[in-house]
Amino acid sequence: MRKILLVGNPNVGKSVIFSRLTGVYVIASNYPGTTVEYTKGYMHLGDEKIEIIDVPGTYSLDPTSKAEEVAVKMITETEGILIDIIDATNLERNLNLALQLIKLKRPMIIVLNLWDEAGHIGIEIDKNRLELILGIPVVSTCGITGEGIRELVKRIPEAKVSDFEYEKDERWGKIGEIVTKVQKVRHRHHTFLERLGDATIHPLTGIPIAILILLLIFFIIRRIGEGLISYLFDPIFENLWAPLISSLSRSIGPSIFHDILIGKLIEGRIDFVESLGLLTTGLYVPIAMVLPYVFAFYLVLSILEDSGYLPRLGVLVDTIMHRFGIHGLAIVPMLLGLGCNVPGALATRVLETRRERFIAATMMAIAVPCMAQIAMIFGLVGRYGPKALFFVFFSLFVVWLILGILLKTLIRGESPEIFVEIPPYRLPYLKAILTKVEMRIISFLFEAVPWVLIGVIIVNILYVSGVISFLGTILAPLITGLLGLPPEAVAALIIGFLRKDVAVGMLSPLGLSESQLIVASVVLTMYFPCAATFTILLRELGIRDMCRSALIMIITALTIGTILNLIFTVF
Amino acid sequence: MMTLTELKPGDEGIVMGISGGRGMMRKLESLGIRIGVKIKKISSQLMGGPVIVQVGNTRVAIGYGMAHRILIRPVG
Repeated sequence: MRKILLVGNPNVGKSVIFSRLTGVYVIASNYPGTTVEYTKGYMHLGDEKIEIIDVPGTYSLDPTSKAEEVAVKMITETEGILIDIIDATNLERNLNLALQLIKLKRPMIIVLNLWDEAGHIGIEIDKNRLELILGIPVVSTCGITGEGIRELVKRIPEAKVSDFEYEKDERWGKIGEIVTKVQKVRHRHHTFLERLGDATIHPLTGIPIAILILLLIFFIIRRIGEGLISYLFDPIFENLWAPLISSLSRSIGPSIFHDILIGKLIEGRIDFVESLGLLTTGLYVPIAMVLPYVFAFYLVLSILEDSGYLPRLGVLVDTIMHRFGIHGLAIVPMLLGLGCNVPGALATRVLETRRERFIAATMMAIAVPCMAQIAMIFGLVGRYGPKALFFVFFSLFVVWLILGILLKTLIRGESPEIFVEIPPYRLPYLKAILTKVEMRIISFLFEAVPWVLIGVIIVNILYVSGVISFLGTILAPLITGLLGLPPEAVAALIIGFLRKDVAVGMLSPLGLSESQLIVASVVLTMYFPCAATFTILLRELGIRDMCRSALIMIITALTIGTILNLIFTVF
Repeated sequence: MMTLTELKPGDEGIVMGISGGRGMMRKLESLGIRIGVKIKKISSQLMGGPVIVQVGNTRVAIGYGMAHRILIRPVG
């Protein structure tokens, strides 16, 4: 099968064009480095089926980060047509990669994407002339509306090896010549978005704006999450699902089958959090407690991503991040980690060195709870009011800070400074946001629900077989002695390896006090990543670093749990 | 001549020199910052934070240490 590689600088819209060509959706955002892994898809050209590969962005064929390394390796090692996607608003810089690609002597097409935006800001490019100079097809597109895609598909058969020759040392000179020949720039005034853009990175205005935005995000997520739960999901489960399950419970009668499907009856009734059956807790936790917050989070995150704000936030927090041996862009994996640690761990690839990736991944895995877990903490600890919630998240934040400082001194290696393109602000495109949220929700459901169900089955087996009480007795000195939790809490710690949300839910029937709940929530966040995150971290860090990271996690969790327990016992 | 960190936000200048190894030169070059190019400083952060410059239509955040090693001749 013939292959086509979509290549180009970061943040030029490769993923959007990929989706247009293949109909396969991939996450696209307005900041460099969204795509850190390649995606494959297929398109039909006449009777022929062609494989399309969305390659992560790179500024040149001399890679400077892990994501770029992946990209360059793919470009040089995969046979096929290169479609070089160029940001038409940044012709000069993008031609640098284009001319390097030309030297590879592969069949090529150039796409001038963001064509409409270039027009808006007064840039005119003579694409016919560019085509003549380079000797390869040049097509203009606007990925987000789909304009020009048909033309691109039509011209794929015309892809050919460029006969443009130049000496390596005179590349920038050649680029300058080409730009002078094909590009005209009209003078124009600054747009409102640009002025707003400047206000968000000046320290005096930028920091208050950032704090305001973060508070607003927190408020919106809680509002949407709580609203969906109390007006949509709870009524559905209470009024429709509960009666159905109750009659099922009566018709099955007490048996192992009943225990697994419906679980224990609490005071003769079904309790969706505590019953621990497949059809009760197994569905209620992921759908009615976690999903609403996951939806709210991804809605807000997607808007932030597409607007172009994230790299600016990275610039503002850069000075703080330096204290941890990482730079400002590490805020991206941290924020993504708040949704789910899995994409968070993947996003550490925006950082250049092994040291930075280790520090960022460890900090995230320990101190950044995912939305599924946050939702459960809201549900359980939230009953004691905002003070208890504040205690949990403030503890995690302090751990995050101290851990960062410690890791910087403990971990040897290099930490280069921030060096990143700040994309222009763009008004998020509603349809793109909705598709993105939809895809993330679908992948959440497909990943979370099976794990939760497996978790529920395993809990039942562990209880019935007596493993829980056995481990409870053995680990009692640790769990009761250091953390001040009842021995049964060991069940939650075991399930936490599978799913953190189920684990937090399992604290519910233990009758914990407010302070015990806080300790347990914090420890459950920190002690070890869930199975899905563990797999990704293992792949990203390698087995040696993963072991080191895991050791740090367990030590931190025990230390902080003990300290919190002491604080609560003394005061 | 001054370093990029000394240039005032809003001012423009020509890059005259970059005191760094090949790796740093290559990195800067990949985003269009190279000797002879005109850049405009957009902003700087407190306490040695990154400097933001505009090169052509691209805005780039550059760490303080790196910015300190870029020599600029102010224009205009």
